[in-house]
Amino acid sequence: MTIDLKTVKHISKLSRISIDDNKAKKLGKDLNSIFSFIEKLNELDTKNTEPLTSIAETTLKLRKDEIKSENIREDILKNSPDKNKDFFVVPKVIE
Amino acid sequence: MMSNITDLKLVELVDKIKKKELSSSEVTIAFIERSKKSKKLNAYISENYENAIKKAKIFDQKPDFKKKLPGIPIAVKDLFCTKNIRTTAGSKILENFVPTYESTVTQNILDEGGIVIGKLNCDEFAMGSSNETSYFGNVQNPVSENLVPGGSSGGSSSAIAAKLTPATIGTDTGGSIRQPASFTGTVGLKPTYGSCSRYGIVAFASSLDQAGPMTHDVKDCSLMLEIMSTYDTKDSTSVDFKRENYLTNLNENIKGKKIGIPKEYRVDGMPKEIDELWEKGIKIIKENGGQIIEISLPNTNYALPTYYIVAPAEASSNLARYDGVKYGFRSKGENLIDMYEKTRSEGFGDEVKRRIMIGTYVLSSGYYDAYYLKAQKVRRLIKNDFDEAYKKVDAILTPSTPSSAFKIGEKLNDPVSMYLNDIFTVPINLAGLPAISIPAGHDKKGYPLGLQVIGKAFDEQSILNIAFALEKNISFKNNITDWWIK
Repeated sequence: MTIDLKTVKHISKLSRISIDDNKAKKLGKDLNSIFSFIEKLNELDTKNTEPLTSIAETTLKLRKDEIKSENIREDILKNSPDKNKDFFVVPKVIE
Repeated sequence: MMSNITDLKLVELVDKIKKKELSSSEVTIAFIERSKKSKKLNAYISENYENAIKKAKIFDQKPDFKKKLPGIPIAVKDLFCTKNIRTTAGSKILENFVPTYESTVTQNILDEGGIVIGKLNCDEFAMGSSNETSYFGNVQNPVSENLVPGGSSGGSSSAIAAKLTPATIGTDTGGSIRQPASFTGTVGLKPTYGSCSRYGIVAFASSLDQAGPMTHDVKDCSLMLEIMSTYDTKDSTSVDFKRENYLTNLNENIKGKKIGIPKEYRVDGMPKEIDELWEKGIKIIKENGGQIIEISLPNTNYALPTYYIVAPAEASSNLARYDGVKYGFRSKGENLIDMYEKTRSEGFGDEVKRRIMIGTYVLSSGYYDAYYLKAQKVRRLIKNDFDEAYKKVDAILTPSTPSSAFKIGEKLNDPVSMYLNDIFTVPINLAGLPAISIPAGHDKKGYPLGLQVIGKAFDEQSILNIAFALEKNISFKNNITDWWIK
């Protein structure tokens, strides 16, 4: 199978990564070579194989319901590219 | 005297500080001075020198010699969040990110008296095998000019091989500790999944990522693992098992140990030197009373394609958080969606974007079963191979990489050939097993080559002991000439 330019653009949209036509062509070429390498998996019959979703066969442990307040609002906001008082600021989303 | 401090290994330094033959300040300053002279290697992204010297002086005023790393300076991979020290993951998108919390692994190091002297370069979000995807530039391998140090923990491997730090830590998702260790003639261990906490490590592929030590020798590696590996409630995949005193228990007695040799690891086109190295390892094991058993891991060839579905899928999900809102780089956009798309387009490098897009594709509607689910099923088959093998053997011996280090730029335009570097390391991450790479010889160019010992889950002690026996018999010498220091 081949990944065409339209598909590359579609994936870039889903990934929220803008991409121009030149880059999309180059990326399409890379993706095709990677996917032709991945296709090798089709040689294997896995009809009766259970998927392995996690290697750590642990059950999630419960912890005590305690409040841990570190009071780091100021520090967290310092990393924000745009803020206003105690809020993160983003481009306008409602008209 | 000062110039010799950096030649000492970690365990030796700890011993000298405990005997008061050296102070933490002397040791810390020695490694910082050497790091300052080694800028050409580009091993550091952020330096914490002044602060570290202050901490060393404080330690010396009231030393606590019960600590396992009493006033020892350590540089760490810039993938570990360090409170109040910039943490970039080698990416533009995190160029100015200062964590408000400390990763569990670095906290363990601090708790034992360690002092962080800086953050080491790595491939962007640990995606790469040569450290060439870092936003902060290539790292030089101290073995030879313009040679890659491996990746993704390339700053770490370069820094330990060049003696800029007495020990360091890396992360390994598909070989990112063991391959760079092999390329630089150093020791690197990837622990069992669940051994070291992932809390505070910038996530790449959560079901594969593990932190581990990178050191000069197996002894140092055992000490570091002892400190790094703790059960942590902040990581839901951390496993509560009985952890050994790896250093105290370290011994070279491998009598009666059954070591498997997987026939599938003899790949076409592998340099003769690597085959000879493997034979040398087999011979040493036999001479020391170990038993060599031929085994088969039939699905080895499917490990890399499986990895290149599973890892990007998890990465695409993990990296969705970089949206330019709460932290990190932001680009101007006409509206919210436009801002997201431009931020991620400008903030991520090419390899990271490539992997996000592979991951997004294999998880997208209509392709999930064909790719992602298929890969998870093959992952089961790969793990079953190891389970079968471990009915017959205690550990497995293989080469660490199919080649020695390559030149900077040599494989940059061919992603698949770059991925093939990890052919011997990736299956171990998929199966969640521990494995160590130790330097075992040189190829005809004089570049180091490594051997890998793979263990049963949570049996780090056995692979450390086997590696210790191999190390004693190999007596590898890293012929590094300090060419980067004028």
